[in-house]
Amino acid sequence: MISTQLSLPGLKMKNPIMPASGCFGFGKEFSEFYDLSLLGAIIIKAATGKTRYGNPTPRVAETSSGMLNAIGLQNPGVDRIIQEELPFLSEFDTPVIANVAGSTVEEYVEVAEKLSRVTHVQALELNISCPNVKEGGVQFGTDPELAAEVTGQVKKVSKLPVYVKLSPNVTDIVAMAKAVEKAGADGLSMINTLTGMRLDLNSKQPIIANQTGGLSGPAIKPIAIRMIYQVYQEVDIPIIGMGGIETTDDVIEYLLAGASAVAIGSANFKNPFICKEIIEELPAAIERYGFTTIQDTIGGAHR
Amino acid sequence: MMIREDMEILSHELVAEKTYQMTLKGDMPSYVKQPGQFVHIMIDPSDSLRRPISIADVDLTSGTLTILYKVLGKGTASMAGKPVGEYLDVLGPGGNGFPIEEVSASRALLVGGGIGVPPLYYLGKQLKEKGIEVTTVLGFQHAGAVFFEDEFRELGEVFVATNDGSYGNKGFVTDILPSLEGKFDTYFSCGPAVMLKAVSKTLGNYDGYLSIEERLGCGVGACFACVVPAPDGDAKGYRKICRDGPVFRTGEVIL
Repeated sequence: MISTQLSLPGLKMKNPIMPASGCFGFGKEFSEFYDLSLLGAIIIKAATGKTRYGNPTPRVAETSSGMLNAIGLQNPGVDRIIQEELPFLSEFDTPVIANVAGSTVEEYVEVAEKLSRVTHVQALELNISCPNVKEGGVQFGTDPELAAEVTGQVKKVSKLPVYVKLSPNVTDIVAMAKAVEKAGADGLSMINTLTGMRLDLNSKQPIIANQTGGLSGPAIKPIAIRMIYQVYQEVDIPIIGMGGIETTDDVIEYLLAGASAVAIGSANFKNPFICKEIIEELPAAIERYGFTTIQDTIGGAHR
Repeated sequence: MMIREDMEILSHELVAEKTYQMTLKGDMPSYVKQPGQFVHIMIDPSDSLRRPISIADVDLTSGTLTILYKVLGKGTASMAGKPVGEYLDVLGPGGNGFPIEEVSASRALLVGGGIGVPPLYYLGKQLKEKGIEVTTVLGFQHAGAVFFEDEFRELGEVFVATNDGSYGNKGFVTDILPSLEGKFDTYFSCGPAVMLKAVSKTLGNYDGYLSIEERLGCGVGACFACVVPAPDGDAKGYRKICRDGPVFRTGEVIL
């Protein structure tokens, strides 16, 4: 059987499959369905400097081939995440990637510094692309200068590799990717959700209390594939791909476009076993498309 | 513990306006620990979210559970077209239901509104088995929407209210509650948020348990889509409806 092992900055992975940030909490709930040690890595829910309650409900709505969410980065704050949530994940033989969010550069730096000192966290994912908070978040992800600034400041304090999670809500994704690469990013996560809205025809108002939400699911996969395909040609750092992955074929498509690993988000809600099932089916799928190693598959569309 | 399995549809029928009753067979019934828990159903593989539906009854002998749902959108409309013999992808049982093991009441009041009525039926059956006297107040929009009145009557006295007065008392469930003062010591309620708010206010002097509805995401407690605020001073400041609830003791969450 084909080995799916791979190494990325900070991460020794059994396979390229991980749950995406915000779709898997801090792992506890899904550990009741399968052994989290099977996973290539785990990206935990975003941490901010202080406790955040998040947005009013409803926070989710179904769309054609996808869903909108506006959770609003609800989390107990970085200190309580380190004390109360992360110890549980140290029981598993799986690298942990901690997602770092904030409203100011100072907050990103504070959260990153604290999380980078936790022994069983192996990498940081810098969330400059959350569309559901009023301050910070996506504004850092839509301006190349601000993105470079926050990346550079976080890199100064982080003892761990930093993957910057890019927003698709931009005109020139390559400019964003190059800006954060130049600022020292060790890798990229692509893509976060696209800002969207759904209206309730009876109330004539947006379904989501925050009005707008982030669109995820199969509807956004072609956008993610296009962006990864473009960025892969222009940067030298690895890409973790995400957006609408539901099958092994989707994974292969991401690898061909240029992703070295992938994260699975909304599909965990349809099928809580999805990561495990894809991990089991992946070696045969890689072989089916004529590849002998996972490394050959990565960027295969560019050869 | 939650499982995911394909459950066979054994029966499926319209029981009131836009309201369907379905019996599902599988291993799920043996995992149900309390009345008030729900199942999270994938109606069509192309959907992006499951639909949470509360469990209305469990029969361990036949390995079946009963659910009732109202057609309110695309998903439930598609569900209504599922024939007997087909299988549904069901995740469950989810959440924490009514903690009947800790209830010391000798007389219980059930207050249900609309499609919030079903979980109270399995609860009422269990309470009656424990020797607790059960009185039920049911509220519906109009006569055509009424269901399960006879089923509840087997458990005890039943009062029905309809908004337009086309059946039973005209008005809301809260209009009936004052006449029942002193006839119960704990109440259990499920229905729309506005009804739960009114019921908990009217019955402010009693111990009560409320089952809350919300749009869910994952349904297992991981995505934070369905939180409800908890009173200040609480360490967390919120509860997850799908995981900590959907049933809460009155005062545990802010409606």
